[in-house]
Amino acid sequence: MSSAETASKIQARNLDFYYGDVRALKNVTIDCYDRKVTAIIGPSGCGKSTFIRTLNRMNDVIAGTRVEGTILLDGKDINAPDVDVVELRRRVGMVFQKPNPFPKSIFDNIAYGLRINGLRDRRKLEETVERSLRGAALWEEVKDRLDENAFALSGGQQQRLCIARSLAVEPEVILFDEPCSAIDPIATAKVEDLIEDLKKSYTVVIVTHNMQQAARVSDFTAFMMLGELVEFDVTEKIFTNPANKLTEDYVTGRFG
Amino acid sequence: MRKKKWKNLKEAAIKAFFFTCGILAILVLIGIFLTLLLTAIPAFREIKISEFLTSTHWDPTSPEKAEYGLLSMIVSTLMVTVGAMLLAVPIGIGVAAYLSDVAHWRVREILKPVIEILAGIPSVVVGFLGLVLFGPAIAKIFHTGNGLNAVNGSVLLAIMSLPTIISISEDSLNAVPRAYSEASLALGASPWQTLFRVKLPAALSGIIAACMLGMGRAIGETMTVLMVTGNARAFPHGFLNSVRTMTANIAIELGEVPYFTTHYYALFAIGLVLFIMTFAVNLAADVVLRKYQEREQ
Repeated sequence: MSSAETASKIQARNLDFYYGDVRALKNVTIDCYDRKVTAIIGPSGCGKSTFIRTLNRMNDVIAGTRVEGTILLDGKDINAPDVDVVELRRRVGMVFQKPNPFPKSIFDNIAYGLRINGLRDRRKLEETVERSLRGAALWEEVKDRLDENAFALSGGQQQRLCIARSLAVEPEVILFDEPCSAIDPIATAKVEDLIEDLKKSYTVVIVTHNMQQAARVSDFTAFMMLGELVEFDVTEKIFTNPANKLTEDYVTGRFG
Repeated sequence: MRKKKWKNLKEAAIKAFFFTCGILAILVLIGIFLTLLLTAIPAFREIKISEFLTSTHWDPTSPEKAEYGLLSMIVSTLMVTVGAMLLAVPIGIGVAAYLSDVAHWRVREILKPVIEILAGIPSVVVGFLGLVLFGPAIAKIFHTGNGLNAVNGSVLLAIMSLPTIISISEDSLNAVPRAYSEASLALGASPWQTLFRVKLPAALSGIIAACMLGMGRAIGETMTVLMVTGNARAFPHGFLNSVRTMTANIAIELGEVPYFTTHYYALFAIGLVLFIMTFAVNLAADVVLRKYQEREQ
């Protein structure tokens, strides 16, 4: 793999994941490189969302689940007993499939992550809110209506608000779980531009069922099927000259 | 053609049936209100409304001058109810939060039905509990002669309104979209922060409704308070005083009152006041709910 020059931020090694007795991930090994975009593609139910949710231990909230294998963030096992999951999630932010702003004002949505950390200083809050909204390319659209309820925004704006919200706590990694599946094409283009921008400062992992999107935004692509990693390589190679027949069939649209 | 006509007729009949069911509830409500109103009005041929609502002396059987002052009983009812809510609301919300967010699902499976059974305990049994258990305990703790007072009533009413408050609050906490709590957790909020800053505010309308319903139950409860509050007619000066609520007074006196006398009508007037009070509570709950729903849309 032609990635000697970039450091591996997240290393998933021989990862297995169980919902009760159902094995949803089978021996998955993937690297997510620093300041690169890694896309996870594959047919529905292949485990791509399950995989991305293991990276910030979001699956912990589902009863009866279990992880085997290791996930290293900067070389440290995130499932080790001494790891504070709250701290982990602060470092590894997440944007969900459906925009999920809180039923609060635009300002309070962004400020939430800072306030839970005890920040009270109004000036600092305002600064961070502006910086985060600018970072998510939403500032110009909402700067005069920060006190409005976030539900007044369009779906695409809501999704960018959710991105801004995760930027506010200054994570190192941002996970996108099919971020564009619930928004229109124009909004999708904006989110994709944004991801392009974000990778200058963050490690990005994106799950998508849209192969064009993976081809457009990512540097590396992992193709998964039935809980197994089929192929993981530089995006260009996956889409032009895949090593595996299954990958080729999938990216050329023969199934999926 | 005929088949279609028959089908349309059937549709219309089903529609009419459900419409009637819906209307029936309203008719019953209006019927109760009118009965109360019509039986209460004659009372005010002899009692001034101002005296009825502001005087603290209730002595309808006095040989010299019958007095119909309701204020002591209104205050007693409010005291017992407010006391009950002070106990039941924090505990109820706490239990609801525990069930929805903290408890292992096995614990919840057991606890929830148990709490719902609590709602089915006959009020006379709860009253009995107050007589033999809380009464002596309160007497001992506060050094009062007996434990038959407002505190005892409040404790029992709290117990009785808890199932309503817990059950409905828990439902509304569970109805908070999981996306909200996931968003909060993903930002590095602890489960407690998520509960207090996201879930409870989002469920607030339901929780307020739950508390109002619990309060409605407490205001209207009769047998329990009749058994444990001592029923003194004097104006209460504290929670350790013996009190007589409006409901208890109706239950005590209605059995012995001669029909169609001013006293008889006055008891119905008390019922009317109670009805208006519970109606106001429900209306307030409704207004609060509506305001919240508007804000969230």
